[in-house]
Amino acid sequence: MASAQQALAASATPARPPTAAVRPGRGRDSVKAWPVVDRIAFGLCWAVGIGLCLVTAAIVLFMAVKGVAYLKPSLLIEHPSPSQDQAGSGGFLDPIEGTLLLTAVGIAIAAPVGVGLAIWMSEYQRPAWLARAVESGVEMISGAPSVLLAMFGLVLFARPALAFLSQTSAGGSVYGKSFLTAGAMMSLIALPLVVASTREALLQVPAHVREASYALGKTKATTIRKVLLPSVRPSIASGVTLGIGRIVGDTAIVVILLGATIRTEGAGGAPVLSVLRGTGGTLTSYVRYNSPAGEGNAHEKAYAAAFVLLLMVLGLNLLVMRFSSGEATGKLGRMRMGKPGRMRVVGILPWTR
Amino acid sequence: MHQAPASTGSPVGRPGAALRRIFARGAGPAERRTEWMLRTLAAGVLVVIAGMAITVFSKAWPSFAHNGLAWFGGGGDVDTQLREMINGPKDPAHYVYQFKAWPLIWATILTSGLAVVLGMVVSIFAAVFIVEFAPAQVRRAIDPVIRLLAGVPSVVYGLVGILAIAPWVEHNLISTGRKRSVEYVVQLTGANLSVAILILTVMIVPIMVAIVVSALETVPASWTEGSAALGVNRWRTTWRVSLRTARPAIVAAAVLATARALGESIMLSMVSGSRGFSPNPLDGVTFFFEPVRPLAATIIDYIDSITVVPVEQTLYAMAAVLLVSCALLSLAGWAAKQPVKRYGIRA
Amino acid sequence: MPPPVRRIVLEREPTVVSGNAANGSGHGATATLGRNRPESPAQEVVERMRIESVWLAYGERWVVRDVSLPVRKGEVLALIGASGSGKTTLLRSLNRLTEITTGAVRAGQVTLDGQEIAEIEVNSLRRRVAMVFQQPNPFPMSIFENVAYALREEHPIGGRRKRLSRNELEPRVIDALARAGLYEEVAGNLDHPALRLSGGQQQRLCIARALAVKPEVLLLDEPCSALDPISTATIEELIVGLKESVAVVIVTHNLQQAMRVADHVAFMHLGELVEYGSSTQVFDHPRQARTREYVSGAFG
Repeated sequence: MASAQQALAASATPARPPTAAVRPGRGRDSVKAWPVVDRIAFGLCWAVGIGLCLVTAAIVLFMAVKGVAYLKPSLLIEHPSPSQDQAGSGGFLDPIEGTLLLTAVGIAIAAPVGVGLAIWMSEYQRPAWLARAVESGVEMISGAPSVLLAMFGLVLFARPALAFLSQTSAGGSVYGKSFLTAGAMMSLIALPLVVASTREALLQVPAHVREASYALGKTKATTIRKVLLPSVRPSIASGVTLGIGRIVGDTAIVVILLGATIRTEGAGGAPVLSVLRGTGGTLTSYVRYNSPAGEGNAHEKAYAAAFVLLLMVLGLNLLVMRFSSGEATGKLGRMRMGKPGRMRVVGILPWTR
Repeated sequence: MHQAPASTGSPVGRPGAALRRIFARGAGPAERRTEWMLRTLAAGVLVVIAGMAITVFSKAWPSFAHNGLAWFGGGGDVDTQLREMINGPKDPAHYVYQFKAWPLIWATILTSGLAVVLGMVVSIFAAVFIVEFAPAQVRRAIDPVIRLLAGVPSVVYGLVGILAIAPWVEHNLISTGRKRSVEYVVQLTGANLSVAILILTVMIVPIMVAIVVSALETVPASWTEGSAALGVNRWRTTWRVSLRTARPAIVAAAVLATARALGESIMLSMVSGSRGFSPNPLDGVTFFFEPVRPLAATIIDYIDSITVVPVEQTLYAMAAVLLVSCALLSLAGWAAKQPVKRYGIRA
Repeated sequence: MPPPVRRIVLEREPTVVSGNAANGSGHGATATLGRNRPESPAQEVVERMRIESVWLAYGERWVVRDVSLPVRKGEVLALIGASGSGKTTLLRSLNRLTEITTGAVRAGQVTLDGQEIAEIEVNSLRRRVAMVFQQPNPFPMSIFENVAYALREEHPIGGRRKRLSRNELEPRVIDALARAGLYEEVAGNLDHPALRLSGGQQQRLCIARALAVKPEVLLLDEPCSALDPISTATIEELIVGLKESVAVVIVTHNLQQAMRVADHVAFMHLGELVEYGSSTQVFDHPRQARTREYVSGAFG
């Protein structure tokens, strides 16, 4: 009480902050006081966490060491040798081309279909039973193993009606394996990623953005095209990049639906179409072929190709991270983070009319 | 965010809603066309998926029809049976269909089940570490680590497994004595159950960690703070409050991870051993060093023989089993979330 | 009509002058409310915590400046003041909850039963100085498990927890619920989910949860601000009943509540302790101009 009254008396003159502050320890409860069981759990958490980092580092370093040892620039520009044994000369240009081509076909289908689906699921959703069915369907595809999707594709594209997508063998049966067919199935594995990413972003667009657009007399289609889609561009980009990452890394569909040959084998004479309708291989099937599980017997080439594959995936991951951070700082990101102040509607909506 | 008028109190709220009603009722032809196009797209995707499922089952049917329930049973060597199908008569009336898939099913259960169990334990501890105990710099470093692990292609895992891990295991962990003890039945190599489970666990941990971490982070701070204020240490708070709240997410993570493990074909075909062998738990430690080949890996291994009709139908039968398992998994995951909702844990 | 409040008459206090104040500080409603408080026999008052020259900062900003207060068992101490006056921060520093935020710094001394709280192991401290928050936060478990929560976690420092059976816990749980005034309402339904209770019941459950470990001090951070008037009245009655066994510190925005419930009042403004005294003295005869302005509603 006495000190309180002293403080009151001194309140006319403001007190000065203390120079030596008491910092209450690290601010967390000390593990030493915990029961033994808890301390073991604490130790396990740390062990697992650090272990996970070490495992990742081990994988990356191992692949880097082997890759740098075996990767020569010539490998990237030479065609693979035509013989079964790859240990001699020859690079993996064809598999690289195959990866790029297959990814292009796959994402060319997945991106528009995915964005369209996402728009329909978030903006229209009528009739309700169809919306639920589509949502379950997309979820089922995302959970389906790629082997299963490849088997689907094999069944689907062996039909004579779809023979134009691949080759017909001498006996009259449709081969069913080509870049087009494999690309179509690859689009299915990228589709859920594009749909989820776009849909989530569309759901986060505040209602008043749409309302403002309608109030200014725009139709729904125009609103979607000119207002919503541009604002969710970063999410579409990151979804597409994630999809590309999955396509690049998949092997089962390549083995089953692309023929997994070492060189790109065209079909027929037309310049671009022959490649698309022909078979080939990608980096993934090349790695498998040259590993002890395949017939190539060229471990060094397998390591080199796997290293290139890993670099691609790393690069794509970095891209996705850049897109997500761009999302947070873009126009829509600032709106979502609730910056105070009056919003000038015209300045936000990006259309020009 | 669809057409329901939102009560956000925006300055253009009421006029906007009125305008929307005008538009919805008398939507112009372009408007209706867009909606129709998109709806057809959605329905089309659904039709394609349904069609594919139906065709797989129809292709698989003969194999099931000829074997009945014995398809799932054991007896005989899977590889021998498949070889007989390949070498059998090409005449449809005399196709060889006999197939007993139990070794493959058992291998699938072992690899996926044990990998998920191991991965679950690892993921929970890792997630708790990330959310509770990791210092800020480590936390920032771990996010890209998890993302990277999730993005590594399965063929790279397979390569590292078969070229680095399997030889090490064979050299250091499998003694000659052990090999000799079973060599009349099976050859023990580095490509075996233990390596398969190990690598599969590493593949599914990132998925589970990401889901559990995001669930732990959305536990209301009022609960964790309230628990701390009652004098409960951080680990016990996490164990009794946060993890309990995250139970639906943990279940979801387990379901997703199991689906991923079931469908993993390439990596497993490279490292789990090239025989459709049924490991015997009674063998003790040797059990872990016996070769296996799960269903998905078998499909990949025999895909070149798919031109032979009975083989094709058998492979489709395996694919059908995978399809049904994944569907059942989703159902189980949904059902498992129901009881916890009672206590107010949102699933 | 707020419920009658039992008050303790302490020796050193100036006696209350009843009737219309002749000193011109009759400030309308705040002066007439509480006039009907019945007297109760004097009880022993024991000092539990002593706050001495405490400074608290978050980062660079000092949020609490040089505050000294006693916390006694047998009385209710109310911290009043406008938003941002540092009263909640001060409250949270009493059970070292401020340490959860990084960058929080404390200077000065806070002692519990003579021992500096920074030297007591933090979890044992929090079992002796329990807190109830503004928003009721019962765990997503049954009522029984909520109250038994802290009981199951009791352990000697560095020692093992005991596995307690339901039979061992039940009497303690029932006792805590009874002290919190909730037992009659939930007697047969102890296994029901706690989140299904009403707001007032949830808050009383949180109080029961805090009381289960028999704390020496109970800290209440605006416990009734999210509740309806009836629940508020129930809890205020409860608080007054509890003060004989636990020292109670309550932070409140509501001046009338402070009048109804508190024995001593500390008025804080912008981090500084402006005035401390018995509640009748602070409300009826505030010594500082700032206090007078706040109590009369000139700002808030």
